[in-house]
Order: sequence, then structure tokens, then C-alpha cells
Amino acid sequence: MEALRDALETALTRNGLIVAFMVVGIVVWLSYLLSNRLTRGRIHGSAIAILLGLVGAYFAGQYTGGSRGMADIGLLAGIGLMGGGMMRDFAIVSTAFGVHLSELKRAGLVGIISIFAGVIVSFLIGAIVAILFGYSDAESITTIGAGAVTYIVGPVTGTAIGASSEVIALSVAAGVIKSVLVMIGTPMVARFIGLNNPQSAMIFGGLMGTTSGVAGGLAATDPRLVPYGAMTATFYTGIGCLLCPSILYFIVRAMV
Amino acid sequence: MIILGVALLSACLVVGYFLGELLGQALGVQANVGGVGIAMVLLVLASGSSKLRTLVTGPAGEGIKFWSAMYIPIVVAMAASQNVVAALEGGWLAVIVGVLAVVISFALVPLINKIGPDSEPLPPLDEDNAKGEA
Repeated sequence: MEALRDALETALTRNGLIVAFMVVGIVVWLSYLLSNRLTRGRIHGSAIAILLGLVGAYFAGQYTGGSRGMADIGLLAGIGLMGGGMMRDFAIVSTAFGVHLSELKRAGLVGIISIFAGVIVSFLIGAIVAILFGYSDAESITTIGAGAVTYIVGPVTGTAIGASSEVIALSVAAGVIKSVLVMIGTPMVARFIGLNNPQSAMIFGGLMGTTSGVAGGLAATDPRLVPYGAMTATFYTGIGCLLCPSILYFIVRAMV
Repeated sequence: MIILGVALLSACLVVGYFLGELLGQALGVQANVGGVGIAMVLLVLASGSSKLRTLVTGPAGEGIKFWSAMYIPIVVAMAASQNVVAALEGGWLAVIVGVLAVVISFALVPLINKIGPDSEPLPPLDEDNAKGEA
């Protein structure tokens, strides 16, 4: 019995990425089954799969106390590699195959407007809520505002302007909640916000900005929209890192 | 050959990332500015170019399509490795900031969409096709 367990453990841990393909494959298969049987396809299979992934990450996080969800469970470490930044970006770029340049050009200007609007609006919301919660120093207000932009912009800004580690952790939490909500909420609101064509997808990517949120949300809505949303979303974090610790911080500092 | 398409895709990502890093440095930001977006534009240009035909058609093109079909499973793995516990433990401030940022940004999509030229919705999604892609 002991030998059997050892052999299985070796087979699984030595092949982390392969195990991840297998496990994710099972989850996706199960999700499409649930989608067809329980919702008659009304809730898209990929939306269920992403939701199952998030639920799994929650329980895994409770169990291991780590920060990388299911990837912190030794036998499932490959999920971290499969879902990490490298593979994610590789797959996102591949979705641009077959996209026409003319469609990108057509929505180019509104796409750029949406990136700036998205960063500034999210920042404002975070900053206002921070003030309502009693924060009165420019560093904390700016860092929480930056967290509302994305969970990368929050800590980058907080570190640059010298916010406390507690506030930086808060900004990360706000950013992660945003990203998770975009993944879950996008398929539900898509109909109401006209998210059914390349142009609105580019605007959506620019306004939301969180690459993982946009990637997951659009995949669950209509995979054909993914390249357009991802294109603008990947500029968002960079623009956020540019504006938050500089212009936006100076404005906040001048006001408090 | 399948590897040619995969290599082209990889080259686009590496070059895009490199340019994104340079752009970040030029702007004085500690982040990659649009590296993935630049890589996507490069792939769009490459797939429309007549000189690179052998890298984007036939089996080579299948190499790129394979990765684009792996996109949803990779996103599922990404979701499974998020720090969901921390997101929920950030307290009310984090929840309120996250929820408001998402709701208001959702609401802005149709407003900004009005600025641009009118856009036609994509044809309805073919169920079998969608499954094939997932």
C-alpha cells in the first residue's frame, strides 16, 4: 500500500504541468456537462469552469494558508505554471491570430480614451471610499485608489510613495476583488452594456483593465471578443503605474 | 511544420515584451507598458503579411490555433491560482472599492461606445463551434 502511494505521488509531482492539463481538462468537461444539463447552456460552460476554479482557489487557500490558490497544493503545483503569467500572455497573444487590423484601427481612438477614463474613474472611486473610511493622508488615499485600478498598480504606487504595508495589502485585496468580479460579472451584464462587438470589447478592456478579469470575463461571454478586450487591457496596468504615483498622487496631495 | 507557427507566436511575445519594457523604462514606470498588446499587433501584422505566409498557413497556422484554443483552460488554471482568500479577507473597504469600481466601469462601456463609430454585433455564437474552441 505504501509503495503504491509513493509511486502515485512520484508520478503526480514529477509531472506537475501534465497533471494540471489533466485536472483542468476534467474541470472543463464537468463544467460543460453542468452547463448543458442544469442550465441548458444558458450559463456558458467556460463561465462555470472559471467559477469552479475560483471556488477551488478559495478552499485551497483556506487549507494551505498560501497565496496561490490550488497551486499551493503540492500535487497540483502545475496549475500555477499553467495559469501563470507566462502561459496566460502566450495564450492571449495567440487569440489575436485572425483579427483584422482594420477593426483595431476603427476602435483605436475610443480604445485609448477608455484606458485613461478607466484608470481615472477607478482611482477616484478608490480614493473617495478611502476618505469615507477615515483615511486622511495622501499616501493611503492614493494607494487605495491605485488598488482600485489593478492589484499590480496598488503595490507599485504604494511602494513608490511610501504607504504603510497594511494599506498596500488593502489595495491588493481591492484589486483582486475587482478582477474576480469582472470574471464572474461580465457574462451576466454583457447583454445590458452592448458587449457584443469588437469595438465595445476594446472599450470594455480599456475600462476594466485587469488583464486576468478581462481575460476570464470575455472568455465566458464570447471567446471571439477576447483579443479585442485583451489588447487594450494590457496597456491599462502600465498607464495606471504611470499616472497613479505621479499626477494623481500630486493632485491628491494638493487637496488634502 | 507546426513548430514554425509556435515559434512565430513566441517571437511576437518576446519582441512585444521587450518593447513594452523599453516603453516602461522610457516613461519611468516600474511596469511593462502594453507588451502583450504590442505582441498582439505584431501577430496581426504577421498573419496579414505575404512574406510570412509559410509561418501562418497550413500546419504552422494550426500551431498558433492550438494555443488560442488552449486559452480558456489556461484562464481556468489562472482562476484556480488566484488569492481568493485574501480578496475576501480584505474587509469591507476592499469589497466596496472592488464592487464600485466594477459596477461603474461596466456602466461606462455603453457611454464611451457612443463616442466611436457604430459597430455591428458579431453573428450569434455557434454552439458546436464554441465547444470546439473550449
